[in-house]
Amino acid sequence: MTRAAIHAEHLGKRYTIGHRRRSRTARDAMAGAASRLYERWGSGTKAAATDDTLWAIDDVSFEVAPGEVVGIIGRNGAGKSTLLKVLSQITEPTTGFVDVTGRIGSLLEVGTGFHEDLSGRENTYLNGAILGMTRAEIDRKFDEIVAFAEVDRFIDTPVKHYSSGMYMRLAFAVAAHLETEILVVDEVLAVGDVHFQKKCLGKMDDIARHGRTVLFISHNMEAIQRLCTRGLLMDRGRLVMSGSVGEVVAQYRAAEQSVVEVGHFNTRGRSGTGWARVSGIRLVDDRGRSVRGVPPEDDLVFQIDVDLAGVSTSGFSLRGLVIELVICSDQGQPLLSLMNVDDGGVELPSATTCAITARLPGPTFIPGRYRLNVFVGIPYLEHVDEIPDAFEFEIAAPERPWRPYELHITRGIVCRKAQWACVSPAPCAKP
Amino acid sequence: MPTAAVDITRRLQPSQGWNGRTLSDIWAYRELLYFFIWRDIKVRYKQTLLGAGWAIIQPLMTMVVFTIFFGHLAKVPSDGLPYPVFSLMALVPWTYFASALAGCSTSLSGYQHIISKVYFPRLIIPIGAVVAPLVDFAIGFAILIGLMAWYRIVPGPSIVWLPALMLLALATAAGVGVWLAALNVRYRDVRYVVPFVVQLWMFATPVAYPASLVPAQWRAVYGLNPMAGVIEGFRWALAGGPAPGVITLVSAAVVVVLIAGGAHYFRRLEGTFADVI
Repeated sequence: MTRAAIHAEHLGKRYTIGHRRRSRTARDAMAGAASRLYERWGSGTKAAATDDTLWAIDDVSFEVAPGEVVGIIGRNGAGKSTLLKVLSQITEPTTGFVDVTGRIGSLLEVGTGFHEDLSGRENTYLNGAILGMTRAEIDRKFDEIVAFAEVDRFIDTPVKHYSSGMYMRLAFAVAAHLETEILVVDEVLAVGDVHFQKKCLGKMDDIARHGRTVLFISHNMEAIQRLCTRGLLMDRGRLVMSGSVGEVVAQYRAAEQSVVEVGHFNTRGRSGTGWARVSGIRLVDDRGRSVRGVPPEDDLVFQIDVDLAGVSTSGFSLRGLVIELVICSDQGQPLLSLMNVDDGGVELPSATTCAITARLPGPTFIPGRYRLNVFVGIPYLEHVDEIPDAFEFEIAAPERPWRPYELHITRGIVCRKAQWACVSPAPCAKP
Repeated sequence: MPTAAVDITRRLQPSQGWNGRTLSDIWAYRELLYFFIWRDIKVRYKQTLLGAGWAIIQPLMTMVVFTIFFGHLAKVPSDGLPYPVFSLMALVPWTYFASALAGCSTSLSGYQHIISKVYFPRLIIPIGAVVAPLVDFAIGFAILIGLMAWYRIVPGPSIVWLPALMLLALATAAGVGVWLAALNVRYRDVRYVVPFVVQLWMFATPVAYPASLVPAQWRAVYGLNPMAGVIEGFRWALAGGPAPGVITLVSAAVVVVLIAGGAHYFRRLEGTFADVI
């Protein structure tokens, strides 16, 4: 009988969060100790202490057989990364244990330890050693790595002179040639241009098919389904499902659907005096039909229904009333505020209900999910109606790619195109 | 690098401090240790005007200042040696010790990125940090040999003890540095404490004055400062004279205790470095 490559039992990892217990200087530590003392004898409570800790992974047990390729799936904060960190021995568990049979290599990032001032060759050796390769191993694979990275001519140039593409290619190439029996991989695939991405996925396919044990986390369900045979689904630190990758992905998708209602108006958390209220928000296309999402290059058009029946009895006039939409990332970070009183805005009609639209010309944001907070009020005077996360919408993948890279792996959130020109030497020929 | 065979099972669990695996682990990662040291040396003087010249200037300038103020003005005795040689013999190992200690104490923060992404025995970082300044030491030592030749001082057979004394200096830097390095992960105070400690420590060490100024009955106590043993030993190994004996022995014992305690403390904390760094 072969032993499991990875055998985890009741694994838990607790983090201390907040500022109370985390002392950055000795002075804080002393102050903290004093206040704990006070708590113990003074008030006799320690209720707050439990709020400061978070079980990033909680009582997780599983086994991975040698040669299995396992995808770990879950929302942000589900504990996937922490699990990989514990498995790759970067941090130790708080409870439980893992038995690992065979050498384990972790690729949580490419290019770890690269030094700007060292050449490509030197960095290859350094990075290889950091990932756990021996000198002899790197010697043997050196030519292959350089060929794979397509940097042969620059191998003795300091990497600070590399383009970011070359840098990432070399970094991935070193990582991809790591030959441990067990490989722990975080989404490091999405590097470089489309051509190189294909090559990376091909390499991952290779690795997966050659009898090595791989644990892989990614938000890319297609990649997970293609590479993995088994899936583990995590939610808030717990392992909620383990099974064939198809089943687990399906379960994850179903759960995702029920949590967030893209394209639905939500009134939870509403506050304000309420004499004017938003009664509906929709994202609409050019023909006024509701849609869940639009591609980044299209205009974003929000239609807001407002109930103004209470205005006449409120003692305020319609003139001062402002409607604000705040577009936020799916983490809740405000990105943009739009008001109907802005330049190019619209006055509210004197009617009991009205519908107004706000058009944000495209291109807008990179593909992903976004939320909308809505606020109705009289600035400085009256908080009339406010709904956080009133609406959630999607920016879909672009219909026609206009950049040779995938948008979601580039930097930033806002999606714009600049007009580029060559000013010297002039005139430049257009490519 | 982890040379463990395919069928060896390792258990990852909450740490227990120093154990049998510590040394074999470090041994398994010796190549990475070598790479860290090599990288450290390679990038140390990048983008500096004088480069390795700094390794010469520091002890040399200090020697000049000491010679003027302690040697000529204060007339500090120098055990019969010309004061410049007397002080440089101490300054070369002391400069090594000071930079090794400073490097070692703050070594982990320079590697914080790697620590949070890859496993390796964290102890190799402080170990690498005390080894890398040996290059500067070698350069400084060459200058010292030159100065000794100038004054026609020929070392006797006691010079064979030099490597052992150097090892003691390295071990002292590592013993204290490992404690500070582990503390520095959590408490950044260490960064401010170290320069201050190094400065005070130098005056508690026979760098500018001979240990013979210390009354005989206090010599053993003086040896509790391991660098006192190193520096006295250094002068004896190079210029002869009475062997330092008890001072150096006490120093060696202190260092063993420091290192053992430091390594244990470090091992106990290293499993969570990635979380707090």
